[in-house]
Parts: sequence; C-alpha cells; structure tokens
Amino acid sequence: MNLKSESLAKIDSLIPRYPEKRSAVLPLLHLIQEEHGWISNEAIEWVAAKLELQPINVYEVVTFYPMFKQKPGGKYAVKVCRTLSCALGGAYKTCKSFQEALGCEVDGTSEDGLASIEFVECHANCGKAPVVMIDEHMYEGVDENAARKLVEAMRAGEIKPARED
Amino acid sequence: MAVEQTRIIFKHIDVEGYTNDIDCYERHGGYAELKKAVGMEPDAICAEVMESGVRGRGGAGFPAGMKWKFLDRKSGKPIYLVCNADESEPGTFKDRQIIHKDPHQLIEGMMITAYAIRAKLAFIYIRGEFFEGARILERAIEEARAKNYLGDNILGSGYSCDIIVHRGAGAYICGEETGLIESLEGKRPYPRIKPPYFPAALGLYQCPTIVNNVETLCDVKHIMNMGGKAFAEIGTPGNTGTRIWCVSGHVRKPGYYEFPCAALTLGELIYDVCGGLLPGRSLKAVIPGGSSSKILRADERFKGKLRDGTEFDWGINDIPMDFDSLSAVGSMSGSGGVIVMDDTTDIVEALANINYFYAHESCGQCTPCREGVQWMKKVTYRMCNGAAREEDVELLRSIAGQIEGRTICAFGEAAAWPVQSFLAKFNDEFVAKAKAQAARNASGEAVETTLI
Repeated sequence: MNLKSESLAKIDSLIPRYPEKRSAVLPLLHLIQEEHGWISNEAIEWVAAKLELQPINVYEVVTFYPMFKQKPGGKYAVKVCRTLSCALGGAYKTCKSFQEALGCEVDGTSEDGLASIEFVECHANCGKAPVVMIDEHMYEGVDENAARKLVEAMRAGEIKPARED
Repeated sequence: MAVEQTRIIFKHIDVEGYTNDIDCYERHGGYAELKKAVGMEPDAICAEVMESGVRGRGGAGFPAGMKWKFLDRKSGKPIYLVCNADESEPGTFKDRQIIHKDPHQLIEGMMITAYAIRAKLAFIYIRGEFFEGARILERAIEEARAKNYLGDNILGSGYSCDIIVHRGAGAYICGEETGLIESLEGKRPYPRIKPPYFPAALGLYQCPTIVNNVETLCDVKHIMNMGGKAFAEIGTPGNTGTRIWCVSGHVRKPGYYEFPCAALTLGELIYDVCGGLLPGRSLKAVIPGGSSSKILRADERFKGKLRDGTEFDWGINDIPMDFDSLSAVGSMSGSGGVIVMDDTTDIVEALANINYFYAHESCGQCTPCREGVQWMKKVTYRMCNGAAREEDVELLRSIAGQIEGRTICAFGEAAAWPVQSFLAKFNDEFVAKAKAQAARNASGEAVETTLI
C-alpha cells in the first residue's frame, strides 16, 4: 500500500488510542481516502490486515457509509445539499446549474475530469441555503449564478483542490 | 414588542473579537467550572444536573440527569462518555456553531460530565462532513491537554480522562445513539434493540456508556456555574434552560436564536425574531423540530390539555416553544430545527423531498423500514412526476402505518410521521396533485418540479 510516511505514522499512533482496534476502521479509511481520493480493494485488504479483521468487515463499512468512494472521481468533488431547507432555497436549480456548467449529471464526472457532482443530505447549515461543499470547503447561499462562478473558479484553478495529484 | 434572546450557550457566538482558542476562552472565564467540579464529589455534580431538570437537546428530550442515573456502576466495567456531534437532523445547525466558534465550551462541559460519571475515556462522534470542525476540536483538545484540563491527573484531582475525536462518514443513522455506538466500534451503524442494549448498561464495547448531545453537554457547564436550582428556574417546570432554535426555509432572517424554554411563541419566533415571511407571502406550514417532527398547518386550531391539566386552544402562532407544548399539539420540539414553508410551497413535493431523505438514510436492518421507506419515496415521486395512481394517497397511509412501531429504532417513526402528518393535514392537496399530474402526463406536457 502506497501511503505517505506521515499518514503511516498517524495510523500507528491512532490505533492504540482506541480500547479496541476495530474502532479505527473509519479513521483509517478517512486517512486513505484523503490521500488517494477513493478506497480500493487493496486498501480494504490493507486496513483489514492492519486491524486484524477480515476484509469483509471493512468492505461492509465502505459500502455502507456514503462518504467512502469505491471509484476515483474528478479533481474536485462538488456536493450539493438537496434536503428540504436547501431545496426550499433553490438547491435543485443550483444543482442544474452545476450540471450545465460541467456538462455532466448527478453522480457523474465532467469529461475533462475537473469535477464530480453528487447530491448530499443535510449538511447542518440550513440557515444559509442552498449550501454546497467543494471538497472540504463549504459555500453558502449558492444560487445558479454562484454555481456557474464556482465552476469557473475551479477551471481557473482558483480553488485549492483537497489533493494534489 | 421585540423578543430579546437570552444567550447562555451562544453567549460568545458571533461576538466580534471572540476567537475559538483557549486563551480567549480563559479570558472569558473559561474552565472555571471544571476547576470547581474537580473539587466536588462526582455524585454531587450528578445531583445538580438532576435538579436542573435539563432534557436532552438531541431530539428525544429525555432528562439527562435521569440518563446518568441509569448508569450501571456495579458491573466493574469501564464507563465511557460519548458526545453526539453527528448533527444530521434536517433543519438543525446549532452544534456546528459551538464546534466551530466555541469548542472549549463543549470540552469543558464534557470533562465535567466525564468526571461526574467517572468515565474512563470520552469520545466526540462528529459527522464526517465537518472536516473543519474536527480539526478545530483536535486543536482545542491539544490546547486543553497542555493546560491539564484533560489527560492525566486533571488539575491535580487524581482523575484522568482523554477525548478522542471520531469522524463519521455521512450516515444519518449514526445520530441514533446505539447506531452511533456500533459505528464507533468500527461497524455498520445498525441500531441495537432496547432492551437489553440500553447504552447506560450495555453500550460501547458492551460497557456502561452515556451518549449526550453537544448542546446538552454545554448545558452541564452552565449548570455547574449557576447550580441546578437556578438553571431549573429558567424556562418552565419540566422545560428548563434555554433552547437554540434553528430557523430555516421561507423567513427573512433564517438563523439560530437562543431563548429560555417557553419564552416565546412560534409566531413570535417567525415574525418578531426572524423578520417574518417574504413580501406578499403567507404562512402555509411549519415543521417545528427537524424533519422527523410532525408538520403543523398554518390555519389549524390546536386544542387539548397540557400535562398539568390546563386546557389550551391555540392557533399556530400561539404555540409556546418548549418540549411539552409542541408535544401537546401533536408534534415535537425535537432537535430545535424549525422549517418554515410559505404559500408558494408545493406540499406534495416537500414530502417527496423528505421521503427521498429517509429512503437514502434507512440503514436497511428492519424490513418494514428498508422496504417501506423506499416505497413511500417511490409513490411520492410518481405523484410529482405525473405517474400518480388514484389509490396512492391511501397506499402511502397504509405503508406509513405499517412501518411505525415495527422497527428496532425510532427511525421508523421518524420516516412515518412526516407522511402521516402531511397526509392528515393536506389530504386534498395530495389527491388534487395526483389527479392533476396524471392528467398532465396523459397530455404529454412536461412536468416541472422544484423540491424533488
């Protein structure tokens, strides 16, 4: 498994903090996804071996939690909240605007690999609807126009991507 | 008359110059309560919390002191404290503010609680999407450790406890306390059946565990500060302390507002605090306590008897904002997420939106929920896109009725209640919508939706 030495060090310091090793499944998967962008079968087997589990124990976790991706996405991940308060504020229009500007559907990736779009459920910022996350950063009150501008900013490289490949 | 907020938990939130580091927190009197707490008998702190009457702020409203009292202290197993920072009930955005802007308040509340219940180790289970929030908490914990507010031999008391920040990964069901515990154990968050798996007896690693919401744990700090008796004097008997109401949807000034329980009515909250509706709009409905709570219709009359026997006859604007009043009108204050909808809202689409959420979030463990919630989503979706069938309203009612009460955890109710209440109160709109959409579909006219 190809992981940066600081990630490996972090993993080794993190596991013994938990009373039971298995509790470290989620934190390990987060660390790997933050570095690789997704969780491969190799990663699943590696985490299982590290925590003395069967690969199925890790696989069932990866397939359950929506944040874990089993395939690579675009350079940026655009996450549009579609839950009620954001929808009342126009989230579906916002999403459509991202789709048009990027030329891809929800759960798809733009042809140039710039960004993937997904709908997400309530991000606990309902007073600033509609909210959108790009990678780890939250944008508030994103209307159709703001969505187009965010796509331009991603194209121009003005938004720092979570990972440098 | 303008209604003034009483900010206790949010005292420093958004105040200019207030930063989330430990120096600023200490300058504002931070950690004084923890210092006081470690000089007290743990049981005396539990007694103060019991006297305060503080009820859980996560949704169920169970008295926190009682929860603590149920802890199995005789088993000899280690005791764990878990802060539920999964904040994921649609319409709720209060814990985010505390975590980002005043993290030490939470840490202090947690350490007082940990000391009081004699916890061996504490966790903050924070939703995975709070990337920044988790980093802020990690930093705050290191600051607190450097000053010996947590870690070994806290402030020379002989008591040691650490906090681990544990991130979720996007699943709503992790807000259910036994699902959260499973998740913390590294598994799928399938809720456990109660009994026997009450966390206070058989929680994390089958050890006695207390799971409290972020806001509840902050309340503990303030109970320590003013004493249980003084805290109980805020609000009304049975509804003590303040609550943070998160208002979203069709109001001019959405946001978070802290008031003593029962200090204002729903009408005052919407019109005086949140600036009312947009020009030319009228109120259609309010979901008062997160998307799981039952919807209130603007032109309803609410009549009945409160727990203390007083009779009430309220319009929607007259309902006092507290636990018991909202439950008396057939809904609940839940997590404090108030979603306001004006007359432009298509109520069928709003329910379709909610059903989409629950269908996405059902953990799949219990058949009635796994199958039923998907089915309800499918039916409301076809009501919106023109493929509705005449029997659909009855079908929805029947599915919801067969989910409620037939699942391991309260998610079944959380998903059934919106459907049941929307249908009970807006039946005509559902029937009309199904008919109109079917006619449009037959004519081949494109159907436009905004909420689904």
